[in-house]
Amino acid sequence: MLRHLISAADLTRDDAVLILDTAEEMARVADRPIKKLPTLRGRTVVNLFFEDSTRTRISFEAAEKRLSADVINFTAKGSSVSKGESLKDTAQTLEAMGVDAVVIRHGASGAPYRLANSGWIDAAVINAGDGTHQHPTQALLDAFTMRRRLVGRDTGLGQDLDGRRITIVGDILHSRVARSNVDLLHTLGAEVTLVAPPTLVPVGVGNWPCEVSYDLDAVLPKSDAVMMLRVQRERMNAAFFPTEREYSRRYGLDGDRMARMPEHAVVMHPGPMVRGMEITAEVADSERCTVVEQVANGVSIRMAVLYLLLGGNEPAVTHTRTEEKSER
Amino acid sequence: MSKILIRGAKVLGHDPQDVLIDGETIAEVGTGLTAEGAEVVEAEGKVLLPGLVDLHTHLREPGREDSETVLTGTRAAASGGFTAVFAMANTFPVADTAGVVEQVYRLGRDHGYCDVQPIGAVTVGLEGRKLAELGAMHESAAGVTVFSDDGKCVHDAVIMRRALEYVKAFGGVVAQHAQEPRLTEGAEMNEGVVSAELGLGGWPAVAEESIIARDVLLAEHVGSRVHICHLSTAGSVEIVRWAKSRGIDVTAEVTPHHLLLTDELVRTYNPVYKVNPPLRTERDVLALREALADGTIDIVATDHAPHPHEDKDCEWAAAAMGMVGLETALSVVQETMVDTGLLTWAGVAERMSAKPAEIGGADGHGRPVSAGEPANLTLVDTAYRGSVDPAGFASRSRNTPYEGRELPGRVTHTWLRGKATLVDGKLT
Ligand SMILES: [Zn+2]
Repeated sequence: MLRHLISAADLTRDDAVLILDTAEEMARVADRPIKKLPTLRGRTVVNLFFEDSTRTRISFEAAEKRLSADVINFTAKGSSVSKGESLKDTAQTLEAMGVDAVVIRHGASGAPYRLANSGWIDAAVINAGDGTHQHPTQALLDAFTMRRRLVGRDTGLGQDLDGRRITIVGDILHSRVARSNVDLLHTLGAEVTLVAPPTLVPVGVGNWPCEVSYDLDAVLPKSDAVMMLRVQRERMNAAFFPTEREYSRRYGLDGDRMARMPEHAVVMHPGPMVRGMEITAEVADSERCTVVEQVANGVSIRMAVLYLLLGGNEPAVTHTRTEEKSER
Repeated sequence: MSKILIRGAKVLGHDPQDVLIDGETIAEVGTGLTAEGAEVVEAEGKVLLPGLVDLHTHLREPGREDSETVLTGTRAAASGGFTAVFAMANTFPVADTAGVVEQVYRLGRDHGYCDVQPIGAVTVGLEGRKLAELGAMHESAAGVTVFSDDGKCVHDAVIMRRALEYVKAFGGVVAQHAQEPRLTEGAEMNEGVVSAELGLGGWPAVAEESIIARDVLLAEHVGSRVHICHLSTAGSVEIVRWAKSRGIDVTAEVTPHHLLLTDELVRTYNPVYKVNPPLRTERDVLALREALADGTIDIVATDHAPHPHEDKDCEWAAAAMGMVGLETALSVVQETMVDTGLLTWAGVAERMSAKPAEIGGADGHGRPVSAGEPANLTLVDTAYRGSVDPAGFASRSRNTPYEGRELPGRVTHTWLRGKATLVDGKLT
């Protein structure tokens, strides 16, 4: 395993499958009366959030606590990060406190990479989203959700997503989720198609291991999963597309479009959903939509990542019944 | 000692000759010159060039003396073999009045490591709205002839047109930092394959090329001359080549780093590679080398941009843009142009001394190495190879992209009007 998790592109197929399998083990913990493992007892994990994201922070925090880690939340939002010194200064403060892992969310692409590679800090670094670059645990939880739905919860163990056709729709240009998913899904053997208006596809996408289409209707019937990305309304003012209505008409997912997907196909969304523009309420609330599962799976994935990065050599879940008892 | 005999140097890379300096001038060039009464510098195997001239240096004084001062910057220049530098106007206060340009000019004179020729701002405060007092700066003791809002583009087509026209009255030139501002909002690196992957805001080649295309057409229309700063793309080369073939009075410069480095290095997220214009692709680098060789690009200019450590020891987005370059320029040019066979040393002398002096009107610089000329000279040990150690830099800042990288060539001596500023690699 890696020492840090900065980019989904850094994961080999075996790494990724190991994380997914470990997450399945972790998921079982959630079904127990006491949802806690002693695995990271005595280890300190800091959630270092330079950018607001309550959902992601809570998901990591839940994962850390279920593994019995000591958790420190550090929210740097609003502090003087403009000069950039605060990342280094903060890192060195954390280092002095003997932190074992740093979960970092930052508005600047590459900030977690700098944190892990500049010699500022010794702790393991986990990227919880950086700028428009990467959000690897999101990609892992998406892959985990797809594997469960498309391959099966138990039959999926040890499996990848070979040959599955995944469509990612929306603001690819500004999306770290899209970047992470393209990398990971490709590693796992899936065929990815990006669908967006050309203004929301980055120049240079030609080198990505995926297809690009501007026509959602043509791609839907061939999709095993359709991942809808959030489109910010501000993009309209920056002339990425003419009107909200036109965007919805061409790239929004409604009931009619969903009906053109194969029966087994699922609809995904990294959340938070803004119903209306990119996805209608009808689709968001349907059986096929995995948004709520994605949230739950996020905790299992983050438990698996923390466990594996922080040197879990022992099996994560077995032989823990006595521990659980002693904790009562 | 007023007489110096440089013995056995390959003048402009040609056959060995002796060069005798007497006072401020070259007294004699020939073979077997007598050493009587002269200090002798054994230069066997080394290349002697006219003192280098940099048309694009940021000295940071006044205002950012923590990055560089006229003293430290000119010492860095002398270390790199330069005898004259043109100091960019984006200081604090901006060099947009006669007072500021005279101050910079005098500091250069007083320190004496190389001549400092201030560049005046084109517009007040570099704001792009109102012409600065171009005539007053020209008439000042600094005698400004080059005007630039470098760091920013003169993006308003009317202001650019007026500036080009106005400086014709006194033989001035406008040096344009070609960057269409709307196309580069939020830009952090070259837009392309690497930016797509890294999720960093893209600086598209067309943002440079569209301004160059516009400006050469403006220069043609009003019959003025324009100089393009730090040209960085293959497309820009084509536009300049076309403009020259049409007879438009345009000159262009390329930086050493754009001749050597590519945007692949940004994958490290190390802000030492953050520069404006950004590092481009391999294809661009090769096109730039070829254009410098065939004369489409006239000169090499360093865009020496010193920044203190804390402005680079941070995440990419927060970091300042720029690299120091005075002390490594000649080595990079040797590696990319001479050792590759694209350019002779005479060609280097043309592009790093004669032509920049001509564009900027730096009298007494960029002259031939012959009797009667000012003794502005640079001696280079071209056989030297060693890795770059910024700890030894004379510049106050250390933001070099070449730390630990092996580069060929080392300037051992620099003379400014017969006075040594660098001897055996050490500043005087
Ligand atoms: Zn510039």
